[in-house]
Amino acid sequence: MTPSLTRRAFLIRSTVVGCSLAASPLLTPVTFAAAPGDNRLVVIILRGAMDGIDVVQPYGDPALAGLRRTLVAGEAGGAADLDGFYALHPGLKSLLPLWQAGELAFAHAVSTPYRNTRSHFDGQDLLEAGTMGLTPASRTDGWLNRLLQHQAGTLSDTAYAIGHDALPVLAGPAAVANWAPDAGLQLSPQARRLAETVMHDDPLFRMALAEALQLSDLQVPVADDDEGQAEMGGMVPPTPKPAGGHVALADFAAERLRGEARIAAFSLSGWDTHAAQKATLPRALVPLAETILALKAGLGPVWGQTAVLAMTEFGRTARENGTAGTDHGTGGAMLMAGGAVRGGRVLAEWPGLGASDLYEGRDLRPTRDVRAHAAWAMRGLFGLDRALLESAIFPGLDMGADPQLML
Amino acid sequence: MFDPELAEMRFGAGLSPVIAPPADARAMLTRLGGPDAITAQFPIETFAAFRQRMLDNQAARRARHVSKGDAVASEAAQKAERRVKGAARQAQGQWLGMQVQRRVHTQDGFRERLVGFWADHFTAQGKAGLMHRGPSPYIEESIRPFITGRFADLVIAATTAPLMLHYLDQEASIGPGSVTAQEMAARGQLKRIGLNENLAREVLELHTLGLSDSYDQTDVRELAELFTGMTYQAEVGFKFQPKSAEPGPETVLGVRYGSDERAQLADIHAALTDLATHPATARHIATKLAVHFTQDVPDPALTGALAEVFSATKGDLMAVYATLLDHPASWDPALRNVKPPFDFMASACRALAIAPGLFVPMEEPFIQRQLRVPLFRMGQQWERQPGPDGWPEEDAAWITPLGLAARLEWAMNAPGDLRADLPDPRDFVQHALGSKAPPEVLFAAKAAENRREGIGLILAAPAFQRR
Repeated sequence: MTPSLTRRAFLIRSTVVGCSLAASPLLTPVTFAAAPGDNRLVVIILRGAMDGIDVVQPYGDPALAGLRRTLVAGEAGGAADLDGFYALHPGLKSLLPLWQAGELAFAHAVSTPYRNTRSHFDGQDLLEAGTMGLTPASRTDGWLNRLLQHQAGTLSDTAYAIGHDALPVLAGPAAVANWAPDAGLQLSPQARRLAETVMHDDPLFRMALAEALQLSDLQVPVADDDEGQAEMGGMVPPTPKPAGGHVALADFAAERLRGEARIAAFSLSGWDTHAAQKATLPRALVPLAETILALKAGLGPVWGQTAVLAMTEFGRTARENGTAGTDHGTGGAMLMAGGAVRGGRVLAEWPGLGASDLYEGRDLRPTRDVRAHAAWAMRGLFGLDRALLESAIFPGLDMGADPQLML
Repeated sequence: MFDPELAEMRFGAGLSPVIAPPADARAMLTRLGGPDAITAQFPIETFAAFRQRMLDNQAARRARHVSKGDAVASEAAQKAERRVKGAARQAQGQWLGMQVQRRVHTQDGFRERLVGFWADHFTAQGKAGLMHRGPSPYIEESIRPFITGRFADLVIAATTAPLMLHYLDQEASIGPGSVTAQEMAARGQLKRIGLNENLAREVLELHTLGLSDSYDQTDVRELAELFTGMTYQAEVGFKFQPKSAEPGPETVLGVRYGSDERAQLADIHAALTDLATHPATARHIATKLAVHFTQDVPDPALTGALAEVFSATKGDLMAVYATLLDHPASWDPALRNVKPPFDFMASACRALAIAPGLFVPMEEPFIQRQLRVPLFRMGQQWERQPGPDGWPEEDAAWITPLGLAARLEWAMNAPGDLRADLPDPRDFVQHALGSKAPPEVLFAAKAAENRREGIGLILAAPAFQRR
């Protein structure tokens, strides 16, 4: 097992090694074991509870039409048929070529072990903790961080938490890089030099500044200093994008993953569609599709070694509510994309939507733990032992039968 | 030994160009032991006042449920609910502004720092809707008045605070053998009956003993059983409901509390008092104070001295603070701890001597832009700590590339919005760092291209970021 090193330990050790490392903190190894493999994992946390029933519509289920008034499923509502039983919401139609190429799959009727209380707060905590239950209160590390702790050859830039949102899924003792594409420091050349001067004798500040400046240079080309660009391997100069937007997140993730990074995580919000879902859901879905397409474009040749998992804290009620939306539910759907994914499939043991099929008479009944899919994906990508996945990464999980997620 | 400038930086709110630092430790303790003067100038409502918002919110929700089907009434009820929630959101921003202003204008900076320390030690948050706005009123009512007394009273105040009962699920914990449980079982509400150990566990692990082998899972369970019956209502605040309490005595750390008679709140108070004066608690609190006020890995001599006086006085906090200010390890001239984002911003505002009226009128967008968004970007989303253990103390948790970029950004850009006339950086370096300005910062103050950058560089320098 890799000793888990905190970022603090990393910094202290780097300080001891000497200041030559400051020139290139991104490439500083925190352990000296073999490098991780070539596969990439992107985890997108969909905050707010995505309505799986509306995104991957089980329009072949005869009970669906009776549950929803304004949310018309299937081709009648503009969705694209996937396999005769499920149809894809029009907000994701730009992903159909991926489906046809076998690079897009879904898991349906999945959930975390979270039941009954239906709070976003607790639901997201549990999704990111990857544990069976929430006690003791949300003070555990995240499952992606535990993956790093158990992987040999983890470097300080192997995993990136991207954006300003807290990402508990990556939080924990293993070192994780954190950056937001809109955080680019725009300093005048003189201010930059003076900032380096006032921080020079303080290793913690000096290293953080060096890394911040290096990452900022990737984002916003600085007029008087293009050496940094050349050093980064002669990449195409980045074009300015709307700051902080979803495409900027995806572009930054892709840029890092093309390099040394192997894991990236960020979150997308806007899924809490209590009212007028027909209008509000596309506002979250279209950006999700754009994000995945931006990842594919940005990853270029390494898209073939990539899996993207988009997961949400829980699903929404099977029945439409009084304000043409849906309320917090249980079972939901997960999206998987990437050239490493065995796509063109909706993986589900479909529980049915009949009155007696619904969980507590209201929600899609979960038939599989969503963590099982994440675990099989990590097994496929990084070759982790099943026993390790079921005990350390996702304690208490039974991974069940192998869904053969990865090519 | 004692140094006025260092005292104001390390134990106070930071240097100010208009307020002199304390002359000696005695002056600091005298102020701290005297009246809490700054709250009148920059008031924050108590939780008792906040409960009126909870009642208004409940009334609006009820009206919305009753009005289902009546479009006009339903619309009006929804509007009322949004109004209550919106007003509370604005107030939360206002209270943040008040907390900055208290730090800027206080002569009693040690008190503000101690309130911050204990509020973090007893972290409580809202988990839904209006309760998200509750932390500042909770601190004002259940932390602030108790920081100069006995630690046991502080523990009791925090543990019985409605926001704490809400945050750590105590309100949902019902003794399985209680009258309430029997009534619920008769109504078929089986799923909602049960003990919740969350508060009991955190009281032991975070608030009193600390993570140690002085207690085990049985103690957690017994304390959770003892805690049943504690709840709150919007109308009255804290309420002890004997009918929800688990019958019979409970044994925590070998001591029996309660009896087969009717459950009493006094038994809970007795257990909390014993926990608050336990030797493990003395060590835990001593370590936390030393870490918070000196460095990530504190001098064991300091920790030992604090624990000793804590034990000897059964948790007399003023005696503990006196020892902290008296110990040589507290006066090591090397600045170590990195200020958390709020402390950084508030001390910058103090060095800039911002006007007392700046955040006081309801200027939500201004507070959002100048305080809340920058705090979030520096890694400290206001009143949303990552867990009940509060914000991290480790310097490296804050000075990440992203966190430092956000600090630099704010240091360069905010001061110009906080003051119409920026001071000359060569003067400001004295305001912010006094006689302790290192040569490279003095150089940067002179060499910067303009005032904005000069001030930004001084505020971003480790000499200002650390204390």
